[in-house]
Amino acid sequence: MGFFKKLKNKFTTQTETVTEKFKEGLTKTRDSFVGRMNELFAQYRTVDEDFFEELEEILIGADVGVSTVMELIDELKDEVKLRNIKDSKDIAPVISEKLAEKLDKSGEDTKLNMQDNQMTVILFVGVNGVGKTTTIGKMAHSFKQEGKRVVMAAGDTFRAGAIEQLEIWGERVGVDVVKQQEGSDPAAVMYDAIQSARAKKADVLLCDTAGRLQNKVNLMKELEKVKRVISREIPNAPHEVLLVLDATTGQNAMTQAKTFGEATDVTGIVLTKLDGTAKGGIVLAIRNELNIPVKLVGLGEGMDDLQPFDADQFVYGLFKELVEAETGEDAEEEADNSSVR
Amino acid sequence: MAFEGLAERLQATFDKMKSRGKVSESDVKEMMREVRLALLEADVNFKVVKKFVNAVKERAVGQEVMKSLTPGQQVIKVVNEELTALMGGEQSKIAQAQKPPTVVMMVGLQGAGKTTTTAKVANFLRKNNNRSPLMAAADIYRPAAIDQLHTLGKQLDMPVFSLGDKEKPVEIAKGAVAQAKEDHQDYVLIDTAGRLHVDEELMGELQDIKEAVNPDEILLVVDAMTGQDAVNVAESFNEQLGLTGVVLTKLDGDTRGGAALSVKSVTNTPIKFAGMGEKVDQLEPFHPERMASRILGMGDVLSLIEKAQTNVDEERAKELEKKMRSADLTFDDFLEQLEQVRSMGPLDELLAMIPGANKKAMKNIQIDESQIGRVEAIVRSMTAYEKQNPSVMNASRKRRIAKGSGTTIQDVNRLLKQFEDMKKMMKQMTSMQKGKKKGKGGFQLPFM
Repeated sequence: MGFFKKLKNKFTTQTETVTEKFKEGLTKTRDSFVGRMNELFAQYRTVDEDFFEELEEILIGADVGVSTVMELIDELKDEVKLRNIKDSKDIAPVISEKLAEKLDKSGEDTKLNMQDNQMTVILFVGVNGVGKTTTIGKMAHSFKQEGKRVVMAAGDTFRAGAIEQLEIWGERVGVDVVKQQEGSDPAAVMYDAIQSARAKKADVLLCDTAGRLQNKVNLMKELEKVKRVISREIPNAPHEVLLVLDATTGQNAMTQAKTFGEATDVTGIVLTKLDGTAKGGIVLAIRNELNIPVKLVGLGEGMDDLQPFDADQFVYGLFKELVEAETGEDAEEEADNSSVR
Repeated sequence: MAFEGLAERLQATFDKMKSRGKVSESDVKEMMREVRLALLEADVNFKVVKKFVNAVKERAVGQEVMKSLTPGQQVIKVVNEELTALMGGEQSKIAQAQKPPTVVMMVGLQGAGKTTTTAKVANFLRKNNNRSPLMAAADIYRPAAIDQLHTLGKQLDMPVFSLGDKEKPVEIAKGAVAQAKEDHQDYVLIDTAGRLHVDEELMGELQDIKEAVNPDEILLVVDAMTGQDAVNVAESFNEQLGLTGVVLTKLDGDTRGGAALSVKSVTNTPIKFAGMGEKVDQLEPFHPERMASRILGMGDVLSLIEKAQTNVDEERAKELEKKMRSADLTFDDFLEQLEQVRSMGPLDELLAMIPGANKKAMKNIQIDESQIGRVEAIVRSMTAYEKQNPSVMNASRKRRIAKGSGTTIQDVNRLLKQFEDMKKMMKQMTSMQKGKKKGKGGFQLPFM
């Protein structure tokens, strides 16, 4: 397919290091997905109801999300009728084409909105246990590597040990942490942090918040207040509101993205723990159903394992083998053609 | 995302075919599709769903559903029964060793809530089972995990065993058990570091701990929001460690929690506890039949009733009931009742448990807790005499109360009117019930 060829070309010219990280981190996702797809084509020779049901399960099994899958299956069924496809082999390119369509949101900006001549403020939000504090630690590290002055604000004043956790990260990467006591008002911590970061002439201020379930109205209001306090101090801040999502989360991830999005105008998603799961499929659902770009992905526990997310790379990582099989076939076809001639 | 409960979905399917009268096999097939989708949307693993739907279908195609006049409801009944059976039927308790201390190991992925759950279980054991637990901080990897457990230990006034983050977790576990023996503690709860189930090295570490301290319980802590991967996680933890139970966390969120079903069906070990909030006392024994209803989106009446029962003081409720019947209810009684309802937890939490509460119409209703706060403020601004004798209220008193509570005279008037109405209603009810036998329960919701 043209789409994949385009992708492939892009990657052969790109630097290999990042792609390697991606490939490694996504091994699990890819193996299970591609493996099952191949099984499907081996098992079903003809395209029938059972075939679609099986395909549906593969996609749902990767946490792609029920509504996205249903949409996809319906489109595929139409396409099969239209093109009068009977052999399962012939539907393979149609599937990748449709998937690619769903993933292709060209022009989507996955770069972080960094300010050139003022301090960049990044606010982190999310439910409990997704890895907000760890993500902040890793980001502080990478900004530090770039030679930026970083300050972290310990806004999780609720969970026991959260402030200490951020402090340890601060020591590890050599970054200042602004904190108050456990149980204090997180908005007040933010206010302090902004003053202190300004005084230190920081380039980046990373704001941690306590994890909260999105159905707790009062806690969501607290988060709105935190954001309001930041905006009052620096009119166009926070420059990024990053929602941290756990890649192992199921359908609830969509609800999280919606509710947090409404409360705090989320500008991007950080998808953590993507390395351990066979289910990167949630990325598809997010891209298809929401208008929030995934900006960063966590691919391991090391400090450097937080990587900028490149959708094309992700697709390529996911369908690598399928792509190669296809482009290989194309090459064969060409060879056949030439031999005929 | 609009998650509809299975009940509504089936009803809709059924409405479509209602006109045709009898239920055909293809109708059953259609209904099974709805069951399947509902379960998938609830994050139940697709393999588990497949097995489950086949089981339900067999019963449905058989006599039970097709003969029934209300096939939609019948299907729900079958689904609910099968689901409850799959969830393990009965509630399961935490083990207790013949010779103390009982050793409990907490394991799971990162961010599932192991440390918090460790403290919650410790608190539960002390409060409900009257046991003295020792918590052991064996998570040496995550920054400040040990601090976290220490802080929780302080909050609970409970001992925490730790050797810092330089010592190996196996040694910490061994040391903790020895310490517990010496101090005659009944339980040792070992908080381990979160790890991916595919991380061989760290999984090996857990096996070492298991060998060293021979735990009576190995509890897998699972985030209720986990998606399809829950099956793989549970499977590999179970294979490598031999789990004895599961704790489901973050159930106070709005997830359907299908992961519960997945985990249960692959490990075949009971789910023992459910984490219901961020505070250390928000842990409940797990009720399989209630979880079944939740996955299907049918509300949770039983939990609501139980919540009411544990929080309402029987004696005081009886006294209140008597007063209500004699219609000499005062604002003091009113205030007391208000507090009892409040002690059951946030109102929206209570409402969510009422079946039908998650219907579309309810979706936009947000309970304004401050409204209740306002009512409370009004009552609290009354003098003791006014509270006992609401009839003395006049314009000047009302003005003072409005000022004192930061409300308006209209607010005060409205409350007084509602209060009078309630008294009247009580009178009527008493006269109506006079012939019948006395009500058994003492609990009645106020008129909010």
